Amino acid sequence: MRGHPDTARPELPSGDDVLVTLRGVNKWYGDFHVLRDINLAVGRGEKVVVCGPSGSGKSTMIRCINRLEEHQEGTIVVDGTELTDDLRGIEAVRRRVGMVFQQFNLFPHLSVMDNLTLAPVYVQGEPGPEAEQRAMETLERVKIPDQAWKYPGQLSGGQQQRVAIARALMQRPKLMLFDEPTSALDPEMINEVLDVMVELAEGGMTMIVVTHEMGFARRVADLVVFMDEGEVVEAAPPATFFARPENPRTRLFLSQILSH
Amino acid sequence: MSARGPVSRALAVAAPRRPPPARRTGTRAWLRENLFGSVHDTALTLLAAWALVVTLPGLLEWAVVDAVWVAEDPQQCRAAAGACWAVVAEKHRVMLFGTFPYDQHWRGVLVIAIVIAMAVVSAFRRFWSYRLFVAWVVAMAVVLTLQLGGVLGLEPTGTHDWGGLPLTLILFVGTVVGGLPMAVALALGRRSSLPVLKALCIGVIEITRGVPLITVLFMASLMFPLFVPEELTVDKVLRAQVGMILFFGAYAAEIVRGGLQAIPIGQYEAADAAGLSYWQKTRKVILPQALRIVIPALMNDIIRAFKNTTFVSIIGLFDVLGATATALEDPLWVLYAPEAYVFIFVLYFCFCFSMSRYSERVERDLARGRNF
Repeated sequence: MRGHPDTARPELPSGDDVLVTLRGVNKWYGDFHVLRDINLAVGRGEKVVVCGPSGSGKSTMIRCINRLEEHQEGTIVVDGTELTDDLRGIEAVRRRVGMVFQQFNLFPHLSVMDNLTLAPVYVQGEPGPEAEQRAMETLERVKIPDQAWKYPGQLSGGQQQRVAIARALMQRPKLMLFDEPTSALDPEMINEVLDVMVELAEGGMTMIVVTHEMGFARRVADLVVFMDEGEVVEAAPPATFFARPENPRTRLFLSQILSH
Repeated sequence: MSARGPVSRALAVAAPRRPPPARRTGTRAWLRENLFGSVHDTALTLLAAWALVVTLPGLLEWAVVDAVWVAEDPQQCRAAAGACWAVVAEKHRVMLFGTFPYDQHWRGVLVIAIVIAMAVVSAFRRFWSYRLFVAWVVAMAVVLTLQLGGVLGLEPTGTHDWGGLPLTLILFVGTVVGGLPMAVALALGRRSSLPVLKALCIGVIEITRGVPLITVLFMASLMFPLFVPEELTVDKVLRAQVGMILFFGAYAAEIVRGGLQAIPIGQYEAADAAGLSYWQKTRKVILPQALRIVIPALMNDIIRAFKNTTFVSIIGLFDVLGATATALEDPLWVLYAPEAYVFIFVLYFCFCFSMSRYSERVERDLARGRNF
């Protein structure tokens, strides 16, 4: 890890109650410095909302947490496992981390049921009937049990995203990553997805959510992180973050997205 | 905006649901729509009608009216003005079974029946399972037993006796069954991140695609034996078969690769995020979608593989076309080669057209209930 001139920086918390730690994480796309010295700790059961203008690196950051992207410097530790080139470590982390994508990324050739049971049956070795029963329970949690035997293409965007959440939950994850989960949805469908996410949050799931839904951030977040140009500009609990943003870049961003 | 202010208006009208307007039906409407819709259409219709009037009567006279259907003796054909279909009746055994021993032709009939029956069964999606695969393996074992003989009291018939339609079908089925897995493996290998594997796959694909099939077959049949010791010499049919598998596999690999490239990156990411391993991801998520996309192109290659079996006559194997050419060397019947080739034409058309309909059906079946 590269030394940093700013030695007066406060330390990240550590210990058993921390689930995810990013320490001095840097990443480049070619010459472009996309993540600049990211330091973030996420406590077990806590919810972190990451916001920022497009191109600020927020998606890249959470995609590093399950190694869909590789970081070049610094350390990322998820539930005690450090992410390195070791494939077993990567697969172990991925099994414990569920991810929900902006474009849903459901498997279009499989029914909703098969989308949900694929990983439990083939990765975790869960018996088929058990997985199916659990899938029905999970679909009830996201309020679409009657769609189990349809194909993703037959569902609305909001329903597809809820299936995607259910699919991630089937892994019994310790951490859920949401990468702009409502950005591809029609306005009338955003709330049905946010409602499911709020319920999930209230159930005690650890969540890192990249989103522009500031109402959601106010309601569930323990920490709101504002990123711009690859840096963490400001991070604070929602009460402070929205009422008294310190950095002018934060203030500008908030005025842009909250103005109408 | 005009001087009167904005002129945009929308009228709120209560509009009950109703069925779509009725389509015009009847012969007149059909004729107008399809044949005489415009001056252009009318001219083309008349031109086509004129072409039919000029050619059809002569063709019908030759093929049906003046044709000889049964003849003990080619002299009967010589006396007639029309087609001599009797040549097919006279020579069909040699055309269909080549040099296979005459009294053993029933074995060839069984082989043809088994392959066609298996193909028909495979067309129904409800039979698609592990059992169908086992059934194909058993069927192929039976086919080889019937062709080779030497067991169960069957007269031994080496591969040098093979010929005609059974040989065509065996080479074709072997090419597809061996070539498709090879195509998938080559396509995956070409996209691999392992440099040696990738280079190897590119090499096999590009070299095989860079030469004509005839060269591959010549290599397999003539040059290969020069380089290996006598006792290692592999059977001629098998060598041709390997050459054809290689050729088909290299072409189909690029088709499969096209399908792989059409899969959105999000599918890979979703599978990765769920913790699926490379093989689980490939088998359960990527390949099913990629292969579905490439069915039409793949079927195109499969149909071509069927017709490519005719190339084996160049290395001295008599497929159904080669056997027909041999049958027509009989000086008494050589005049009636066109009729025999028309028969072969119809035979090939039946097989190829069935395959084309089959692929359409598979596409339709797989599309049911999904719109992606």
